[in-house]
Amino acid sequence: MVMETLEQIKARIENAISGAKPEIIPNESPSAQRSLLLDPAHAVEVAKFLRDDSQLRLDYCSNVTGVDWLDLIIKEKVKVKKVVEGVEKEVEEPVERKRPGYLEAVYHLYSMALKHGPLIIRLRTENRADKNHVPSLTPVWRGAEFQEREIYDLYGIIFDGHPDLRRILMWEGFADHPMRKDYVEPDDYEYEPTPHDEVLEKTKQHHSPEPKP
Amino acid sequence: MNEGLRSELSKQGIFTTTLGDLYNWGRKNSVWPLQFGLACCAIEMIATTMARYDLARFGAEVFRPSPRQADLMIVAGTVTKKMAPQVVRLYNQMPEPKYVIAMGACAISGGPFKQGYNVLKGIDRFIPVDVHIPGCPPRPEALIHAFMTLQKKIETQQLTGVNRPRHLDAEAPSEFPVPKFGGHDLEPPNNPAVWHAPKLVREP
Amino acid sequence: MFMETAIDTPESKYEILPKTLSNGEMDGELLEVAMGPQHPSTHGVFRMDVVLDGEKVVKLKPVFGYLHRNHEKIAENTTYLASMPYTDRLDYLCSMTNNWAYALSVEKLAGLQPPERAEYIRIITGELTRLVNHTCLVGFLLQDMGALGTPLMYAFREREMILDLFESLSGSRMMCNYMRFGGCRVDLPAGWLEQAKRAVDSYSGFLDEFEKLLTENEILVARTQGIGVLPPDLAVNASITGPMLRASGVNYDIRKVDKYGIYDRFEFRVPLGDHGDVYDRYMIRLLEMRESVKILNQALRDIPAGPIVDPKAKLRGFRPKVGEAYGRIEGPKGELGFYLISDGTPNPYRYRVRPPSLINLTVLEDMCLGQDVADVVIILGSVDIVLGEVDR
Repeated sequence: MVMETLEQIKARIENAISGAKPEIIPNESPSAQRSLLLDPAHAVEVAKFLRDDSQLRLDYCSNVTGVDWLDLIIKEKVKVKKVVEGVEKEVEEPVERKRPGYLEAVYHLYSMALKHGPLIIRLRTENRADKNHVPSLTPVWRGAEFQEREIYDLYGIIFDGHPDLRRILMWEGFADHPMRKDYVEPDDYEYEPTPHDEVLEKTKQHHSPEPKP
Repeated sequence: MNEGLRSELSKQGIFTTTLGDLYNWGRKNSVWPLQFGLACCAIEMIATTMARYDLARFGAEVFRPSPRQADLMIVAGTVTKKMAPQVVRLYNQMPEPKYVIAMGACAISGGPFKQGYNVLKGIDRFIPVDVHIPGCPPRPEALIHAFMTLQKKIETQQLTGVNRPRHLDAEAPSEFPVPKFGGHDLEPPNNPAVWHAPKLVREP
Repeated sequence: MFMETAIDTPESKYEILPKTLSNGEMDGELLEVAMGPQHPSTHGVFRMDVVLDGEKVVKLKPVFGYLHRNHEKIAENTTYLASMPYTDRLDYLCSMTNNWAYALSVEKLAGLQPPERAEYIRIITGELTRLVNHTCLVGFLLQDMGALGTPLMYAFREREMILDLFESLSGSRMMCNYMRFGGCRVDLPAGWLEQAKRAVDSYSGFLDEFEKLLTENEILVARTQGIGVLPPDLAVNASITGPMLRASGVNYDIRKVDKYGIYDRFEFRVPLGDHGDVYDRYMIRLLEMRESVKILNQALRDIPAGPIVDPKAKLRGFRPKVGEAYGRIEGPKGELGFYLISDGTPNPYRYRVRPPSLINLTVLEDMCLGQDVADVVIILGSVDIVLGEVDR
């Protein structure tokens, strides 16, 4: 069975849930799997709608992924009107725009009843430090339970409404979120010469190379 | 007793040996491994005990689920930092004489997963290892080879003297300290009494 | 610095529980047992914290992470192709299907199309992997039930036949590292198809032998029927996939739904269970093996000659366009998916494995509540987990 297009689903969500503002995230790659960005305030309502709607019936939440997006400086060229040597001209000027980093949870939804999918929905936190809350969708799809725990463990997103939000892979008392892009792993390399650049660099930090006598 | 006399006696049907040889002969042919699989290598370890490779030929088919009844720990697979305290504890619970085979690249050094933040870079950081057997995973033949190497080691151990096995030396440690979970890493990350970082020697 | 004693300090994570079951039958102390990480029946280093009232399970919490070896983090720091050998070590019984799932995702991301012969080889190796996995699972399940050794020995005897095939094809018994983006690594060696045909032909005989020994065995029936029942609505909601889902009667097989590869050309049926208990999960695996033999017979008959790699695929300088892709296959354990985000560099920005073993454990507690502690071992065995994939 073929699922409705993303535009149709977006329009129906907006009709069904007032205030929900889903946004289509494009995907330029050959897979063409576009996704819907949900606002956290209405995420649970939208999720319930997606699950229970008779045409969608996305009853199966296959995959939940955490993604860490760092602060990004986007360099753009903006056309600016400027007075150059007494004449007003349109000049291109480079402008640096800072996109603040955020953490993201991506859900891949399928329908086991109607055998279609995937619909991809995304939730974003406000930033990577203190405002790292998104609503948990485990009450809607229980299959997300362990995966959301894993994201909490490895990325540090706090899922509000999760029944059992504890660390899952690392031990209790572990301080970091190791899958974040800026995580620094403990320096416990065994110091041996290897051709890998990164390992060799780490090796050099510990040992000054001793030539053989 | 010299070799000539011994062979002369054996022609007469009289078998002579020393107590040490007899003791080691018994020990090396009844090694009971701990039924303890960590990762991929455990499957090859199971395959070694199964029909085609049949580790029972070497007197080691009795895999014991309890460390209290085992002589040999085959560290078969990646030791993660979360698992390392348990591995050391299991080793401590085994009675002497006890031996360790580090099976596969991961148990030796972290192997392909060496760059992982949760991977222990070799079990020899916490417990002494008798035989290292490389491979990812080692074939069952390789494990049998490791086992025969261990048998040779047991066979040649002198029961007295400076190099006597640990269980006959009251001073030698039988238990090793168990590391704790820290905020970022195991505390301590290795046991300095057992392991030193190898010296980096580079060709000039 | 080191721990003082050899025993963990007990710090109970559980709230205080009532000391009797709701029907008031038993009145005794609750016992908290940590099964694992070193336990002969946990299939590796899995741990269950079980709270028992007498013999009955009143609470069960799985504890993961003892084999968390950072597959995803390592993959994000290396090139796309360099992750292929790591996928072998996810579910280390089924390296071929892991390769396939990863190759399929990257092909979606980069827009590659494997040639026909490669698709056939993928189906042949994938279904052989399914045979290996299900055979081993049945062996281990019977071992958990107390049949020490014998069924597992039969299972491993057959596994060796298929591993010989894999070894002559890829050079390695277990870690095949065989698939490539847009095809396969090397072509089949001479005589391989005949050897495979012989192995597949003898497999039906082995299955008959296995079933004669086991399927109507009184002990097996008594231990498994009605144990660990999983209702279909819960199975769907908890994202259970694979044989476990179909044992509960939900008809969802990705080979039929997505028709990835060239599965639409083959005739096979999807076995479904009625009760969702351990016995059904055992039977589904045996029936699926018979269907796999059917697919293998068709594939070995029809495989064409031709190239094995998409000419567009390049090994060096492989940089997919910015974007993302999620590809999935019906692995022997369930839906195995890879989610990749590319930022245009040679390394994936995000590399995620959708592990069927981990997600199938979501309902472990629901299945075990009220059962005897001895049945917990069997229920876990029937879920079919491999820790390399659970913890990654």
